[in-house]
Amino acid sequence: MEWLVASVISVMTGCGVYLTLRARTFPVVLGLTLLAYAVNVFLFSMGRLQIGIPAVIDPAAAAYTDPLPQALVLTAIVIAFGMTAFLIVLALKARSELGNDHVDGLHRSDDELKATKHNSAKAEIERSES
Amino acid sequence: MSPFTILPVLLPLIGGILILMARPAGIDTQRILNLILTTLLVGVGLVSFQLANSDIYQVVLLGNWQAPFGIVIVLDRLSALMLLLTSLLALGALWYAIRTDTDKQGQHFHVLFQLQLFGLNGAFMTGDVFNLFVFFEVLLIASYGLLLHGGGRLRTRAGLHYVVINLVGSTLFLFAVGTLYGILGTLNIADMAVAVRNVSEADQGIVATAAVLLLVVFGIKAAMFPLYLWLPGAYAYTSAPVAALFAIMTKVGLYAIIRVHGTIFGEEAGDLAFVHIEWVLLLGLITLALAALGVLAARALRRQVAYLILASVATLMIAIGINNEAALAASLYYLIHSTMIGAAMFLIADVIMKGRGIYSDSFTKAIPIDRPIVVGSVFMLLGIALTGMPPLSGFFGKVMILHSALNHPWFAAILSVVLIAGLLMIIAVVRSGSLLFYSVQKEEGQKTSPLNKSAFVAVFLLMLVSPLMVMFAKPLTDITSQIAGQLFNGQAYIDAVLSTVPYGDNSK
Repeated sequence: MEWLVASVISVMTGCGVYLTLRARTFPVVLGLTLLAYAVNVFLFSMGRLQIGIPAVIDPAAAAYTDPLPQALVLTAIVIAFGMTAFLIVLALKARSELGNDHVDGLHRSDDELKATKHNSAKAEIERSES
Repeated sequence: MSPFTILPVLLPLIGGILILMARPAGIDTQRILNLILTTLLVGVGLVSFQLANSDIYQVVLLGNWQAPFGIVIVLDRLSALMLLLTSLLALGALWYAIRTDTDKQGQHFHVLFQLQLFGLNGAFMTGDVFNLFVFFEVLLIASYGLLLHGGGRLRTRAGLHYVVINLVGSTLFLFAVGTLYGILGTLNIADMAVAVRNVSEADQGIVATAAVLLLVVFGIKAAMFPLYLWLPGAYAYTSAPVAALFAIMTKVGLYAIIRVHGTIFGEEAGDLAFVHIEWVLLLGLITLALAALGVLAARALRRQVAYLILASVATLMIAIGINNEAALAASLYYLIHSTMIGAAMFLIADVIMKGRGIYSDSFTKAIPIDRPIVVGSVFMLLGIALTGMPPLSGFFGKVMILHSALNHPWFAAILSVVLIAGLLMIIAVVRSGSLLFYSVQKEEGQKTSPLNKSAFVAVFLLMLVSPLMVMFAKPLTDITSQIAGQLFNGQAYIDAVLSTVPYGDNSK
């Protein structure tokens, strides 16, 4: 079972890293989601893998599995869920404002020129007109 | 233990909710509420500072569970300093935001502002690694909202980068925390410091990996090479008061390195002692060199200021990397200075930008701004302080850092990088100052927008921190060396946290 869980984590992490490095926002969101899944399983397995043992301490039970990682995973899932929702909304906003879904924006140099030089160029035109 | 200890965390949380509920009453009510709450927070910060100003650690057991089973909130000298610094900075940034109507550009500015303070104060006080992760997420989600406040193409793009890199950081944080928990079996920082001494030789490699992974996470927050690329964009394109408030955000990463790595991987950690420290020093040196080049290459003032902030963070990393008590004390002095002056620099960049109208903050010939002598003098003083020229506080901070490095084996490298970077930054700031204030031409029909005097008060007061830090250098360095002394006595922290008994437990 260790082998199975380890390979699941590694495949998800690998896919997550690959997708996060893509240039468009949708694969990036998917990649981050996969990474979050991978880290959740990883956190869960840090309490050591046990089968059929309760997480709640009970004098009648012979053994119990570590409950703390389960609580941690719960927190991590909630946070990752909220962050993913936020990222999707932000990606949509970026899509509508930048006009494309590239992480860097397609007209990157244009935008920066606008921010630094465009204003002075506009001033030049206005000066020559007046 | 005083129940007051928890207040710096609770106050902004309750305040944020209050301001949210006050929304129907209009933005003026929200402004007044936020101003009152932030002023209160300064008061709370002062009292906390007073409380922590002894060798007694204020430990609060949340849920009345004894450490390491429950989460602990710890107030020591370093936390108290950070709390006070954050609240003072927040007050300046808030005043500027209100007087320039930045808070009207979008919704919920004041709510996010208080929640940001909640996350920051929580991160500065928690004694639990997983809880630190949670507070990081709180301060990050608030910072996403603040960063994007106002909107705009460039801001959205920079915000997207910032969010994605921080989400990657959060995932790495969980990997590192999980690994540490798997080996050490605890998440309480004090308890981890005890557990790390008994790690078997076979597991030491894993713990060291987790330690370096954790350093990567904090390095993303602190903008450490090669993870700093998000910073110039995010800081340059957000609104000025937010950028000013974010001057403390990079320091959260440094604080976490001092707190988590300093306690867990301190002197007592056996083979794992200071496993991170050479990385911090090396990466700090590289970051500083690149930041200085960035300052030289910047084509607009706000981007240049963002790189100046990066340089100050890098200087702090170097000071932490030198790893002795004097260096830590010097780094705390420099931390106060760079946070306040960096924030003031962002605000004055905004003042200049607004004064130049359509020319914005680009380094081109433009119309003269309103009251060039006042604004120019403050800019010059801030430039002197931030680049580390005498007689202002940046110079004293750097001298103390370099002095503490005298016996370090890397002294030559540290000295040359710090001095050459300083020279490059001075040249760059002098050039931008002369371009902005001397290379001007009056034009017919081009109206200069008048200086917003009441907002400028915030810049001026933040700038005053620098001469005050020089005037009161002696008491201040006494305080910082006390803090450093307490930090280097990690055992006292561990004992204080682990020996605190829950309420109503009289068995001990």
